[in-house]
Amino acid sequence: MGISVEGAGKSFGDFQALDDVSIEVPDGSLTALLGPSGSGKSTLLRAIAGLETLDTGRVTIDGADVSKTPTQKREVGFVFQHYAAFKHMTVYENVGFGLKIRKWKKDAIRTRVDELLNLVQLPGLADRYPSQLSGGQRQRMALARALAVQPQVLLLDEPFGALDAKVRKDLRTWLRNLHEEMNVTTIFVTHDQEEAMDVAGQLVVMNQGRVEQSGSADDLYDKPANEFVMSFVGEVNRLGDSYVRPHDIEIVRDRDEKTEEAMVQRIVALGFEIRVELVLGDGTEVWAQLTRSEAQRLELQEGQIAYLRPVHAKSFNGSPPSNPRGASTPHGSTDGDDAEVSAAA
Amino acid sequence: MNSSATGRWGLRFLGLGYIAVLLIAPLILLFYKTFEEGLAPPFEAITSGDGLHALKLTLLTVVIAVPINTVFGVICSLLLVRHKWKGNWLIDAAINLPFAISPVVIGLSLFLLYGKNGWFEPGLAEAGIKILFSTPGIVLACVFVSVPFVVRETVPVLQEIGTEQEQAAETLGANAWQTFWRVTLPAIRWGVAYGVVLCTARVLGEFGAVSVVSGNISGETQTLPLFVEKNYENFNLPGAFGAAVLLALLALVVLMAMNLLKRKEAA
Repeated sequence: MGISVEGAGKSFGDFQALDDVSIEVPDGSLTALLGPSGSGKSTLLRAIAGLETLDTGRVTIDGADVSKTPTQKREVGFVFQHYAAFKHMTVYENVGFGLKIRKWKKDAIRTRVDELLNLVQLPGLADRYPSQLSGGQRQRMALARALAVQPQVLLLDEPFGALDAKVRKDLRTWLRNLHEEMNVTTIFVTHDQEEAMDVAGQLVVMNQGRVEQSGSADDLYDKPANEFVMSFVGEVNRLGDSYVRPHDIEIVRDRDEKTEEAMVQRIVALGFEIRVELVLGDGTEVWAQLTRSEAQRLELQEGQIAYLRPVHAKSFNGSPPSNPRGASTPHGSTDGDDAEVSAAA
Repeated sequence: MNSSATGRWGLRFLGLGYIAVLLIAPLILLFYKTFEEGLAPPFEAITSGDGLHALKLTLLTVVIAVPINTVFGVICSLLLVRHKWKGNWLIDAAINLPFAISPVVIGLSLFLLYGKNGWFEPGLAEAGIKILFSTPGIVLACVFVSVPFVVRETVPVLQEIGTEQEQAAETLGANAWQTFWRVTLPAIRWGVAYGVVLCTARVLGEFGAVSVVSGNISGETQTLPLFVEKNYENFNLPGAFGAAVLLALLALVVLMAMNLLKRKEAA
């Protein structure tokens, strides 16, 4: 069931949470809404669920305008950051809640709940209370609860935000596999770009209530539409008017017309990756990401002079990029053919 | 023993001493006085026609006033916490009125509404309904004085549980009523129960407002606290003490129920 939002606007008092936001989420896709806090991503997700009423614009699920449909009739599965577990109910009762509301027969509920508890890898915990589960288990229970009623779409609001790093990584992989199995259209909100790229096929980058860009992880990384996307999706150095990724800075020993002189300030060895911090003649600080073998070949020393050659530098205000080899991208350069998600912000 | 332990014991002694002298000693004396000449005199005094009637009337008042205030209290809490509205501070302040105003004043104000030449008196008289000097007036006074308890205990719990569980229920297809009944109410049940216990204790013991509106007619509009007072004034000490002990025991049962609830809540 595809989801589309057109011209969504929402403000809370003076704060403009959503400003003319439009997104298209194709049927069966797994899409991430990515942005810093306050970017409107959660508000957008809640508006799709009907938990927030839009001031302007409309929400369509599977071609039907649901803007006026109350939440309980939208058939969306929603998973909250802090689980929203029904604390007074057992795991079994939590997962079966939606089915009980739909007046399913007891036997049918039992079969379905058992099936779901197996799916989310919580078999045997049916009689526990949420307080007796770990965070990761609670979130999987919440997911089973949302999936029980066979929702048209699944909406996840920072689902792993409250979990520790290890559990988070496991659940990411697990969610991706689950989505492949269930194939239900899924949108999930996150502020973690690595998580978004890891899990989702499509990403929508939001900032200050607007969509900055949407597309695949590669699109966003290689062809960012603007400075915000470039710096939010991945690391970035600023060189004058242009931006360059740390791994796109080459360090050479000999100067030529395309290099800039810099002094090596610090060399940090992070296992396979070597992080070289440099300062340019005008005082600009940049850092370059090298592999271990590259760094060894260069025999870099702290305090020495080296020459930088930025490749793939990007400029976003119309001025030419500092490096002719760099693939400069004009505004809104999302490749329409590849991107399954297209934004009209 | 180091100095901080000494200090702790000192404080403990002070606290226990205070409670012993001001709270426990009078109660013990009361029990002692009551049963000084055996169980028979107080028992007879209470089981006399008027005493039994007073007990029945008091329990009847509890049975009517407490459910009314429970339902009202829960609705009011939901309004205050879940439906943000500019006028909420007014409701909030009004609910505290019975805490702030002396019960006697409350009784008098009821008099002005329902008494002779009161606002509602003509209509009620026509319909043949008697409020003052009868059970409805007593219940009304008790409802008035015990309004705040359920609200005050429920509001913080409602705030604490937040709205996420309710929203989750909504996304799972529950309508407002189902959400309230299956999710909200179970989540706030200990808060409500705590309020009910306090409300019951207050209605059991209410004296001031009831004494103004009831007329204190023995065997008719006399509640247990009024029975105590009248017997005391008439130097019928076994009656006064017997009823007083009975009231104290009822209150103790209620307080014990509250402690049990507290323990259950903590578990």
